[in-house]
Amino acid sequence: MADYKAVVIGGGPAGLAAALAAADKGAGTLIIERENRLGGILKQCIHDGFGVIRFGEKLSGCEYAQRFIDKVKAHPGIEVRLLTFVIDIKKSDIFTITATSSRGIETITAENLIFANGCRERTARQVNIHGTRPAGVMTAGVAQNYVNLQGVLPGKRCVILGSGDIGLIMARRLTLEGARVLGVYEAKSTPSGLTRNIVQCLHDFDIPLHLSKTVKRVFGHGRLEAVEVCSVNDKMEYIDGTEEIIPCDTLIVSVGLIPENELAESLNIPLDPRTRGPFVDQNMMTLEDGVYSVGNCLHVHDLVDYVSETAETAGRAAAGSKAPRELLDIEQEGFLYLVPQKLDLDSLAPETVFYFRTAMPREAATLDVTVDGEVVFSKKYQNLKPPEMERVEVPLSPKKGQTVKFFLSGREVK
Amino acid sequence: MRLVCIVCPNSCLLEVEKTDAGVKVTGNKCKRGITFAIEEVTAPKRSLTTTVRTVFENFPVAPVRTNGEIPKEKIPAVMAYLKTVVADKRYKAGDVICGNVLDTGVDIIITIDMDQEG
Repeated sequence: MADYKAVVIGGGPAGLAAALAAADKGAGTLIIERENRLGGILKQCIHDGFGVIRFGEKLSGCEYAQRFIDKVKAHPGIEVRLLTFVIDIKKSDIFTITATSSRGIETITAENLIFANGCRERTARQVNIHGTRPAGVMTAGVAQNYVNLQGVLPGKRCVILGSGDIGLIMARRLTLEGARVLGVYEAKSTPSGLTRNIVQCLHDFDIPLHLSKTVKRVFGHGRLEAVEVCSVNDKMEYIDGTEEIIPCDTLIVSVGLIPENELAESLNIPLDPRTRGPFVDQNMMTLEDGVYSVGNCLHVHDLVDYVSETAETAGRAAAGSKAPRELLDIEQEGFLYLVPQKLDLDSLAPETVFYFRTAMPREAATLDVTVDGEVVFSKKYQNLKPPEMERVEVPLSPKKGQTVKFFLSGREVK
Repeated sequence: MRLVCIVCPNSCLLEVEKTDAGVKVTGNKCKRGITFAIEEVTAPKRSLTTTVRTVFENFPVAPVRTNGEIPKEKIPAVMAYLKTVVADKRYKAGDVICGNVLDTGVDIIITIDMDQEG
């Protein structure tokens, strides 16, 4: 007999929603969170725009998390251990988790595991920035933590590398707090963030956006003194003679997120190279029975509303009784990725929710789903862009041995 | 003139034309785009999210937001005013910390429960 029916690793939006769904179905549930408060990254997301789909209102990230935290705290079926870090998981007929905290080393057993431990930011060293190692070079999330949680301004003259939404939001935030943001540099020829964020975070504050330009080197001993920026061609190669030195004390890098799966890998759970998260079925169960993956460790989402939704799917499934699965692979073409990648034929609902990103920008696109070559579902899209994740409900009831294929077609946009 | 609608993530590209009859808007996928475009060319508004200082060592700043939109040109003044505001009690998410900030008719609300650990 395990200590808990479900142990959720991570107390961010995915973990909170998964725990609530599991406990609502009667599962004794534990959330293990390494930080001192629940909420995960939403604690520092003070900007608004969260919850439009789920709650029909524009909330700040903190408010979105608070709604789930209130329910978790009031739920008699959920226990929370804060400032507790999982260091090892062993599998037998149940899962044995070793965790460390101020109480010492603890062992906790679980019938089901739900990974909800999010993603990590790619760092400056992972994008080939050369030079010294001065203070003042940090990721956008670290800068956001300084400003929004600790109330500390990390620098006065900032350069931002990467035009993803977090970088744009930090450009505005630092400007509002009195720092000078000298410019946002993007190696690609198009911005990665939403156009509305280009407008409300950059244009509103006269912050220049430099496309096809990147940071090549940093200078400074002790503290950052300058960065060297340089134009790049469409193969991301530096163009000689375009180098420019920009004096600054802070470089903020916002160059992508990577799902964190060190614990999942320690259990030999196979990962999809496209998502960098585990392969899952429609219940978000990985290829290891009883282990689920939800939120940004499964794949990096753009909207927290969908994180909550998939986490609830996993939570409900983890509360149920274990049954053998009949897994069917889904074939795919034209996608950056498609989740889930497998179907458990023994637990299919009338409709299955899929999330996908197109491999390239497309206009007048069509999603076709076939079973043994016959189209069973079709949907048209005016525009599809890789940075925008789509959600679609597909009625699917294939039989064992049949071939299910998702096919995305449409005019490619250069 | 061309504007990008910032109401939702669709980021519609709006074509806005000022005529004698008023403002003509095209390119919007929903009616919120029309309201946005008219406001944007007459009196642009924005919501503001930031933090205020607190007296609590383990919770140095608390997140706040306007519970409506304020005129865009008032953002620097509201930011300067909020630098003088200190949260001296454990507010709950949704509590008003400054009513009718700088006579904008909009309140500043706390967006987190401050009674949590840490």
